[in-house]
Amino acid sequence: MPDQVLFAIEVTLNGLMAGVLYALVALGFVLIFKASGIFNYAQGVMALFAALTLVGIMDGQVPFAHLINVVFGTNVHHFGWTVPALLAIALTMVVMVGFAWAVNRLVLRHLVNQVPIILFMATIGLAYFLEGLGDMMWGADIKKLDVGLPQGINGWIDSTTFDAFGYGFFIDNLDIVATLIAAILVTGLVLFSQYTKQGRALRAVADDHQAALSVGISLSFIWVLVWSIAGFVALVAGIMWGAKSGVQFSLSLIALKALPVLMLGGFTSIPGAIVGGLIIGMGEKLFEFLVGAPYLGGATEIWFAYVLALVFLVFRPQGLFGEKIIERV
Amino acid sequence: MKLKFAAVALGALLAAGPVLAELVFPDLSYRTGPYAANGIPFSDGYQDYFTLVNERDGGIGGVKARVLECETGYNTEKGVECYEATKGEGALIYQPLSTGITYQVIPKASADGIPVHSMGYGRTSAKNGRVFEWVFNYPANYWDGASIAVNHLLDQNAGDLSGKTIALVYHNSAYGKEPIRTLEELAKKHGFTLSLLPVDHPGQEQKSQWLQIRQQRPDYVLMWGWGVMNQVAIQEAANIRFPMENFIGIWWSGSENDVRPVGARANGYKALNMHAVGADFPVFADMQKYVMDAGKAAGAGDQMGTVLYNRGMYAAMLAVEAAKTAQQIHGTPDITAAMMRDGMETLVIDAAKMGSLGLAGFGPEFAVSCENHGGNGFGTVTQWDAAAGIWTQITDYVQSDQQVIGMLVAEDSAAYAAENGITGRCD
Repeated sequence: MPDQVLFAIEVTLNGLMAGVLYALVALGFVLIFKASGIFNYAQGVMALFAALTLVGIMDGQVPFAHLINVVFGTNVHHFGWTVPALLAIALTMVVMVGFAWAVNRLVLRHLVNQVPIILFMATIGLAYFLEGLGDMMWGADIKKLDVGLPQGINGWIDSTTFDAFGYGFFIDNLDIVATLIAAILVTGLVLFSQYTKQGRALRAVADDHQAALSVGISLSFIWVLVWSIAGFVALVAGIMWGAKSGVQFSLSLIALKALPVLMLGGFTSIPGAIVGGLIIGMGEKLFEFLVGAPYLGGATEIWFAYVLALVFLVFRPQGLFGEKIIERV
Repeated sequence: MKLKFAAVALGALLAAGPVLAELVFPDLSYRTGPYAANGIPFSDGYQDYFTLVNERDGGIGGVKARVLECETGYNTEKGVECYEATKGEGALIYQPLSTGITYQVIPKASADGIPVHSMGYGRTSAKNGRVFEWVFNYPANYWDGASIAVNHLLDQNAGDLSGKTIALVYHNSAYGKEPIRTLEELAKKHGFTLSLLPVDHPGQEQKSQWLQIRQQRPDYVLMWGWGVMNQVAIQEAANIRFPMENFIGIWWSGSENDVRPVGARANGYKALNMHAVGADFPVFADMQKYVMDAGKAAGAGDQMGTVLYNRGMYAAMLAVEAAKTAQQIHGTPDITAAMMRDGMETLVIDAAKMGSLGLAGFGPEFAVSCENHGGNGFGTVTQWDAAAGIWTQITDYVQSDQQVIGMLVAEDSAAYAAENGITGRCD
């Protein structure tokens, strides 16, 4: 096979893998929007906060150490222990559930029946609060995240493709793991929403929250539940992206990668987030390889992802898998 | 009643005491936002050095230094607000620590008569003091950096880079594009092929660029990155098994923050620097005694000896030495911003001075003049030892190609002078 064809196949595969990582971020947006109609601006910061908390717990870091030291004149930074990754993930989830409860208790329940733009504004405030809280709790330094995920080129794929084509394909082990986790996550979410009582209640609220209320479903419970699940998805996204770059404050910017995925896949569809992620990931990487780098000087991925999403929007405003919005007068 | 009021007023006046002169040094820092991890150690080093001078020496020429910290969040608009908010306090010098802020502040500071020192960043052609009266960028600039990197590669290839390919992975911004022209000139001169790979901000996703590197197989990769772009690039280089010793970052891509998240796989990565690394200098003993142990550190006190802490401290040291020079020239300890500029323009940093400051070998020797605001273009190459968790200086301070850099500086500054109707000075 000619080199350019092999390179294109490699780029396509890597684009699909990158798309899975985008989809992981987009999933959190979809869950909250589907259940409450809120576009959660804080989703990227939730991923950052979850990852910060995970590393902090794993390293035995004292939360709010700087504040404690200033107020009490102490010099404490670490507890002197480390926590295994799985236990730290569980403890981080407890923190994220607590966060979901606090968001519902202190913000959302006071904004029931407000127009969507007010709820959106509230999530902007939430994003900046959470960023500041994360800074105060865990500090602004860049932290290495090591939960035991494999990273680097997959040797088996490299050698197998080399034997077959004379060129070894690069596939990152971390991307393979991310793909498996995303598959498990989506399957789990679908099973949860289809076959559990809480999942059915969640779907009922998503369909018509007034009707759901009238049959005794607790809106507060559902919102805490859905924000907790979004917190879990944020934690997974934070782990995957944090493993690539270290846990640092620019991690919140991964939300930018999710927006074109949402535009394309729709704001209300879990499969849409996955398929949207795959199309965006593959599309932007292939465009960069075939057109961007050779003819346009490169760095086309960010804008091309949005152009691609815009094209889809023109023909299908609700996204590929989104529900068509019909308002009867 | 009037007598009572007068007594109270007099009492208040006496209680207030005499107004003490201070030398004001604004610190446009960023302790929040995506780049805080880099802004914090720089600001800590910058402030701690002034604290050291105050506590150990009683100030600069007997006058205490006061640091005015203003948070920019690495945001250009906020940086300009900081400039406007602090300039009225008697600011002697601005070190914006951001190329974007520097570009915005240059015309304002030039009009206000306050010198700007952009050490290793900002507008490169500000080296030409004939055109940029109020701007300084000693000891080295981006173009020097590009040339120093190529010189290092020439050393490794017995002076011959013909037939080699060098890829530049750069932040797709004015900052990242700075070395391109220099590298193009050097490619012509030395016969290597230059491949350009831009990375859009913030640089969290670089799969395309590193697949291209894997497919094109360049001999060397240079990087002009910042923030998360650095960590991701080093991670991706490790992922494709690019030889780390053939990967060289500019000095803004070479701190502990950039390599630690990658762990052992970052071992061997190289970065340029304009000053020494580590804390093995006598000045740090004084810093420990007068600042850290006294509980007067600007931050948590845990950054001493890190690359960016050292850089902040070095920037402060150069400001202090320029202030001392200004005091000597004008015969007064209470210098103004205009006097400070004179001090900067006649600053001489030699081995004797560095030794007396407890910083022997910490930075290159250089002399500033009316024509040359950028020093002599010396820099060093450092290499990351992942096992030890330290940067090691692997070359002496080597000079950039002054012929090529001089031509580019003259060309760019002439264009700026023509645009702004500047006739030039120093004649």
